[in-house]
Amino acid sequence: MTEPLTAPPTTPETVPALEMRGISKRYPGVVANDGIDIDVRPGEIHALLGENGAGKTTLMNILYGLATPDSGEILLDGEVVGIDGPADAIKRGISMVHQHFMLVPVMSVADNILLGAETMANAVFLDETEAHRRIVELGKRFGFEIDPEVKVGTLSVGWQQRVEILKALYRQARILVLDEPTAVLTPQETKEIFVVLRRLATEGHSIIFISHKLNEVLEIADRITVIRRGKVVGTRLPAETDEDDLAALMVGRNVQLVVDRGESHPAGPTLIVSDLKVDDDRGQQTVNGVSFEVRAGEILGVAGVAGNGQEELVEALTGLRRPKSGSVSLGGRDVTGSGPRELQRRGMSFVPGDRQRFGLVMSFPISDNLVLTQYDEAPYVKGLFRNDAAIATWAKRAIAEYDIRTPSAVVPASTLSGGNQQKAVVAREFSRKLSVLVLDQPTRGLDVGSIEFIHRQVVAKRDEGAAILLVSAELDEVLELSDRVVVMYRGEIVALVDGPTAERENVGLLMAAGRRAIPAIETAVPPAGQDAVPG
Amino acid sequence: MRAAVARFWALAAVPIISIVLALLLGSVLIIASSLVTDKSLNLLLPIVAYENLLQGATGLSFLDVVGRTVTINFSIDPDQAARALTSTMAATSPLVLSGLAVGIGFKAGLFNIGGTGQVLVGGFMAALAGAAVAQQPAPVAVAIAILAGALGGALYGFIPGALKAFTGAHEVVSTIMLNSLAAFAIVGLVNDIFKITGPSFARTADVGNAAMPILFGRNGNLGILITLVLVVLTWVLIYRTPLGFEIRTVGANPSAARYAGMSPRRLIILVMSLCGMFAGLAGAFEILSLGYYPAIFGTGIGFAGITVALLGRAHPVGILLAALLLGAMRAGAPAMQITAKIPIEIIDVIQGLILLFLAAESVIRHLLRSRTERVTPGEIGTVSRTYGETTV
Amino acid sequence: MDAVFGIPVLGFVLQFLAYLIDAIFTTNLPAQTLQLATPIALGALCGVMNERSGIVNIGIEGMMLTSAFVGFMAAVVVSDAMPGAESGIFGFTPALAVGLLAAIGAGMLVSLLHAWLSITVRADQIISGTVINIIALGLTGYLNRLIKPSGSAGTLDQLNPPAQLLDLPVVGWIVRMFLTSGPITTSVIFLVIILQVMLFRSRWGLRTRAVGEHPRAADTVGIDVVRVRYRNVVIGGIFAGLAGAWLTLEFNASFQNGMTANRGFIALAAVIFGRWTPIGAFGGALLFMVWEALGIAIRSNPPPGDLGVFLSGIQASYPSIYNNFFGSLPYLLTLIVLAGVVGRSIPPAAIGRPYVKEGAS
Repeated sequence: MTEPLTAPPTTPETVPALEMRGISKRYPGVVANDGIDIDVRPGEIHALLGENGAGKTTLMNILYGLATPDSGEILLDGEVVGIDGPADAIKRGISMVHQHFMLVPVMSVADNILLGAETMANAVFLDETEAHRRIVELGKRFGFEIDPEVKVGTLSVGWQQRVEILKALYRQARILVLDEPTAVLTPQETKEIFVVLRRLATEGHSIIFISHKLNEVLEIADRITVIRRGKVVGTRLPAETDEDDLAALMVGRNVQLVVDRGESHPAGPTLIVSDLKVDDDRGQQTVNGVSFEVRAGEILGVAGVAGNGQEELVEALTGLRRPKSGSVSLGGRDVTGSGPRELQRRGMSFVPGDRQRFGLVMSFPISDNLVLTQYDEAPYVKGLFRNDAAIATWAKRAIAEYDIRTPSAVVPASTLSGGNQQKAVVAREFSRKLSVLVLDQPTRGLDVGSIEFIHRQVVAKRDEGAAILLVSAELDEVLELSDRVVVMYRGEIVALVDGPTAERENVGLLMAAGRRAIPAIETAVPPAGQDAVPG
Repeated sequence: MRAAVARFWALAAVPIISIVLALLLGSVLIIASSLVTDKSLNLLLPIVAYENLLQGATGLSFLDVVGRTVTINFSIDPDQAARALTSTMAATSPLVLSGLAVGIGFKAGLFNIGGTGQVLVGGFMAALAGAAVAQQPAPVAVAIAILAGALGGALYGFIPGALKAFTGAHEVVSTIMLNSLAAFAIVGLVNDIFKITGPSFARTADVGNAAMPILFGRNGNLGILITLVLVVLTWVLIYRTPLGFEIRTVGANPSAARYAGMSPRRLIILVMSLCGMFAGLAGAFEILSLGYYPAIFGTGIGFAGITVALLGRAHPVGILLAALLLGAMRAGAPAMQITAKIPIEIIDVIQGLILLFLAAESVIRHLLRSRTERVTPGEIGTVSRTYGETTV
Repeated sequence: MDAVFGIPVLGFVLQFLAYLIDAIFTTNLPAQTLQLATPIALGALCGVMNERSGIVNIGIEGMMLTSAFVGFMAAVVVSDAMPGAESGIFGFTPALAVGLLAAIGAGMLVSLLHAWLSITVRADQIISGTVINIIALGLTGYLNRLIKPSGSAGTLDQLNPPAQLLDLPVVGWIVRMFLTSGPITTSVIFLVIILQVMLFRSRWGLRTRAVGEHPRAADTVGIDVVRVRYRNVVIGGIFAGLAGAWLTLEFNASFQNGMTANRGFIALAAVIFGRWTPIGAFGGALLFMVWEALGIAIRSNPPPGDLGVFLSGIQASYPSIYNNFFGSLPYLLTLIVLAGVVGRSIPPAAIGRPYVKEGAS
């Protein structure tokens, strides 16, 4: 079903539904918003584009009443208003769909939608029948069937997104703010949500669409405003711009961050995974018989939208979760079901995806964190006691070599910035005697400089002969670094492609739908040992 | 020098202020009590009471009270001082052990409220073992009795530890239940099985040669020495050994501990058993000083250990100092009760008040506006977080 | 497997079951169980109010003890001042009425302290609860020793339904269990039902549950998380106050140091057992305390047959162990249930974590 993706006609005299004038906001040490002017017309989808930390979220928090601006004013339908809190914003018809869903998993769809805007039967009790009726009707109006009684936690991410939108509509929102709505959606789900958004716009709702994904913004928006370092640097119509132009505006320079990967010279397989099956916490099988091998001196990337089994796969490979069946062998030795300690002894290093939860102890000094996985090995242990001198020497060296910005080695890890925290983890794991390196989202949430640094270290490790498994939800990172790429979809490996020649679109489609664009090409997974099919 | 003072203040400010505030509030309570006892408001009563406390604890006196007149007069009687200080040390040592029983747990993210039960079991085991070896040569008898107490306590700490490690049952509730169970079981056992005929009240047999040897003064016993050694050993264990690193890691971040190859399960069981051992020793020392286990036996040191552990920031040296303070109060309380007629339970109230101000430490720190460090060990966060978790 | 150590296990189990069934239907075991379960159930309702909002409350014990003491003291003071006052329904003299209100007030005040420490000061909630327990124990002990109250205000009366009602077949049994006790005990079942309905069908209940599961989600739709939590914790104090009042104004007529005897913790276990629902917690309270009621029944009215002989034999040889065993049953059962059930019982997701508003500087 195709709908015309054109903006509704507007005349210059149309009063903007929303106007933000001269908004400035300062937090200690950083100017989040600096004199921002932006307007949104009724029935318009207006995209707000910018990198992480550019100030988009702060601006929207101000709109939604979660923060107050230091200066500037907000106008709704031409009138200046003051918004003091989310309840007030909602009353004025502004609703926000956050990047991290604000849904209570154990409560039903209806309960989540009702919360804060309860439909009452009398002064005390809820009118659930009426609420259910309204919700179903609302869903139908925008093209989907929803069961109000289902517990939100059991819904897929795409459906949770719809529930969030219904929350806003239930409150008769006229202005919807969507913060990175497609971050966790497959391309197919993204298309479906775009249809819904277009319908909303046609009915007169104004939509602010925050994103850093250039292609999507070009597809859905009527106008695009680019923010960089707290300032508006340009407003464009999609017809008169393209990805390169927008990227340049976003980043401020013409830059493509591609580390010179060079050629890989892989040797024999070091890590062999055979028909691995893993259950998640709820007992559902999320890894359905996965097989692959990682050779020494190569980087094998695992691409896939988050939630397709990668997390359980990584946990099983690093000893944090027992696999249900299948086998894993490391350096020729069967290590299926071994714990982290044994795997580390056999030469596996692991950079975890959640560095604050797994990779570091935030309250411990940096020096202790730098030996977190080697605390009981020589030379950090001498006889019965810890060898503080050896630990201090190593810490000093690591801080210098990996450029970790910190006043000293004994301050707690919590004082480090995200990038430096990750560098500490990398320093620790990369400096061991290792044959296999597992990296899970190694550059999530990091600034550009740290990303570049870590990518270079990864390539260097590969050239030293390590077998590297790189799991990342950032497709660009996977394509940039990997010599070979496997794609995970619904717990299975649906393709194995050559890294340097992989086409972004094809891999994207494999991630999203488990198949390629051109059905004619063979999609069977080649048996381990053979070379990959060119992608 | 200035840096050292600043550092000391950063660490000690909140505990000191909590103590001062608690004593102040205690004064208010004492004044209010004078309404009941004397039927009139005696504003000087707190000062007199605290002075009695000090005198009972250290032999130091700075007031002379004759009837209703109070004069300032510093004096110290060497004999009285020696006796008082020895009493203080004897009162301190079980508090140190009880504080360690809670504090080591804190370091591992565990809240051991089971000190009461562990003390009872340790004391009971020591009494039984002591009675069994009563005729053996003293060094052997004492050693065996103490060991029995330590093992009994360790076992009673092992149980909630294993429950938590394997079923996720939070130690805060399970240890309280075990406290009650120990009381019931031991009373029954003493009355029906282990009671000896002769004495006017129900109690176990004499421990004979296993009695706690007195090393100095009237009650300066071997337990004091052993306790001091244990404090040093504990410090070494926690801060200088790999095992201590594991314990601290599992308390600060159990997920990271698993990632680092540690076994949170094993550590929880080990630490709870260790905590139980400390408390069991406290019970053993007390019973072996008494010479037998009376059917009705109760001490408040289980809960007092919580105050000691928090006041001492869960650090062995801090625990030692905190125990010294509380021990001094306990040693001096009888003198206060006799002379100033204040029920000794006021010490429990002051102890509770100290805890209250420690709990509200963020308010105190905010008011101080200077750089002071958190008293509540960061690992406490793990205690509350695991209340909701189902597996280790 | 008929005999273990010469004890016919199977036979005894069957005899015990027969005794149990007989006791349930012909004696006042159900009513007695309800009475003994009252402080547990009320404490559990306090726990549900707190923990559903996301606040861990292990200070229920201290709240109960404080209320028991304050209620008792207030009643004694009024009773001394007004000797020979008339009593109304349930035997409410002015003294007892004042005592009840004072107990409830004390429960609410102590809860306010816990709320302040947990929500505003953001102290660790388990520490806060423990502090309350310790202070309550020390303060009530101290004041009890100091004041040495010698009087008593008596206790509240029990309901006495007409005999015809009690003789009816099924209804009679229900009346016998729920309507033959004092006012506080009688109110428990109603409070449980009201709270259950409110928690799951009212706006207040929806908001409370959301605040306990995902306070930030509630915040972003405009709910005042802090106010909801404060209100619920203080209301929970009402239930703790009632529990304390039951101890000194309905069950006993005096106050002893530490008389709560860790009932507050059994209440916590009942909350976990009941999966944080009022009805479930009530069921847990009944389950835990039926054993104590049984113990009383067995000792006053031993079962017939071999089992009775066997038990009497044990009682004769080991009287102290026998008595203490029955006294320890609630705690033992709590421990067993905790170990077996808690692994599968999931609390409100946000419990124990202080809420910090986003963007707060």
